[in-house]
Amino acid sequence: MRVQLVKLAHARSGDKGDTANVGLIAMRAEGYPILVREVTAERVKQHFQDMVRGDVERFELPNLGALNFLLHESLGGGGTLSLMTDAQGKTFSTALLRMEIEISDNEARKLELN
Amino acid sequence: MKETIRIAAGQGFWGDLPDAPVRQVEGGPIDYLMLDYLAEVTMSIMQKQKARDPNAGYARDFVPLMKRILPACVERGIKVTANAGGVNVRGCADAIIAVARELGLAGKVRIGIVTGDDIMSRIDELLSRGIELRNMDNGEPLSSVRESIQSANVYLGAAPLVEALNHGAQIVITGRATDTGLTLAPLIHEFGWAADDWNRLAAGTIAGHIIECGAQCSGGNCQFDWRNIPNLADVGFPIAEASPDGTFVITKHEGTGGRVNIPSVKEQLLYEMGDPHEYITPDCVADFTTIHLQDDGRDRVRVYGIEGRPATEFLKVSISYSAGYKAVGTLVYAWPDAYEKAQAANKILRARLDRLGLYFDHVLTEFVGASATHGPLAGEPRADAPEVQLRVGVRGQDRSAIERFTKEIAPLILTGPPAVTGFAGGRPKVEEIVAYWPALIPKSEIKPMVEVLDA
Repeated sequence: MRVQLVKLAHARSGDKGDTANVGLIAMRAEGYPILVREVTAERVKQHFQDMVRGDVERFELPNLGALNFLLHESLGGGGTLSLMTDAQGKTFSTALLRMEIEISDNEARKLELN
Repeated sequence: MKETIRIAAGQGFWGDLPDAPVRQVEGGPIDYLMLDYLAEVTMSIMQKQKARDPNAGYARDFVPLMKRILPACVERGIKVTANAGGVNVRGCADAIIAVARELGLAGKVRIGIVTGDDIMSRIDELLSRGIELRNMDNGEPLSSVRESIQSANVYLGAAPLVEALNHGAQIVITGRATDTGLTLAPLIHEFGWAADDWNRLAAGTIAGHIIECGAQCSGGNCQFDWRNIPNLADVGFPIAEASPDGTFVITKHEGTGGRVNIPSVKEQLLYEMGDPHEYITPDCVADFTTIHLQDDGRDRVRVYGIEGRPATEFLKVSISYSAGYKAVGTLVYAWPDAYEKAQAANKILRARLDRLGLYFDHVLTEFVGASATHGPLAGEPRADAPEVQLRVGVRGQDRSAIERFTKEIAPLILTGPPAVTGFAGGRPKVEEIVAYWPALIPKSEIKPMVEVLDA
């Protein structure tokens, strides 16, 4: 079944220059391997379309059940140069949580999503 | 040696809740109060203030705050670490000494000051010796913006703060010191951690990272279960309760609002994170993939297992430079067809700007209420939206072009689509852009200086 990330993860985002970072955290330990499998750097780049002009990098933090994404060239120049409402990338977190992923019925049951 | 040291965060940024540090001092036992005042471009604002008034150039809020809390700090032996000194650490210290005397605390307070971070006057000399201070983000050499530089400060680590504490300072005031060093220094001082005890230095650094944004780890801006986070009106700022072995507990004062739990701490750990394997500070390289969290009771999260590696041979430099001007104008369009009207108004505005022959480096239109934060991910805006805000920003080198732009917003009310409002604030303001230039400098170039003064 298809499920939106907001059902199984929470997130926080911030900025470093023109790069936004999004920390994506599994709400339950069982959800982390699903995030690793489904939420790849390529998928995230695709998801954000024109909002992210540069590359997407992904780092794994199995100890926290979390992934960290760097979204390069996504903040209109970044810092004080940016004209964006969200020049600090604070809302890229929930923008990522809009993403839909595919999980098995068994996984959905484990995560109590059905 | 004490078994645990409680370090309380009082400000997540310059402009955070003014009473938070007072509540940290009065709300329960703490050993240290840590105050982070400096954002990336704060130094340039302070540099400008100092140019106008040689006595200015530091976080002025720090002075009335100390007036409120200094008697309690002296009475209970609470020490303060603050990077409130900006570009005038001495001026800030003098103001605090005056406050101490006014409060009848002369001879009872020692103030440590840390300087040596300001390299503004050394830029040409450094460049001439081949230290290029290239932009860490895009590789450009600093010479390309040499004439526009407004401030240049090195991020100092914990070591000079430790020296000040070791000399009996109760209040340590720094200029551009790292946020994490303000927390790490007290731990090195209290527990006698060695300069190459990388795991413990990394642990103290991560404790600093967790509490440096104030309530952002204790329930503020927390997505996990946000509806049920209790009493944010009275949110408790975080406290790191650290042990000599490098483990620590994140908590807050009893009876305060907010929430400290594993999700709230995880969110903050990932905030502004780059490569989690190497969180680089002047003091060490911390590895965020070694952090372990454990529930330690209500509003308590235990953090352990942290590993670190040797510090690098470089320090980061925060340089600010003038990068032109910008202005942002907004108008609000109401139902029916709010989004369509805002789009039409944008087209009209753009046509007028074109006709005026104005040149900008960048023009950005956003539709707040439709797509400003999530862009196309938000889907097609609702046709029956009650209102949509048109927000147009311009940026460029020519101040007069930006000025001219600011005069084109209000006329849209009488010369554009109907049901428009939201212009009570007058013309948009033209802002000078002070941009941030991060660079690296060899550690051998920088000699931090420490003085301890008696009030």
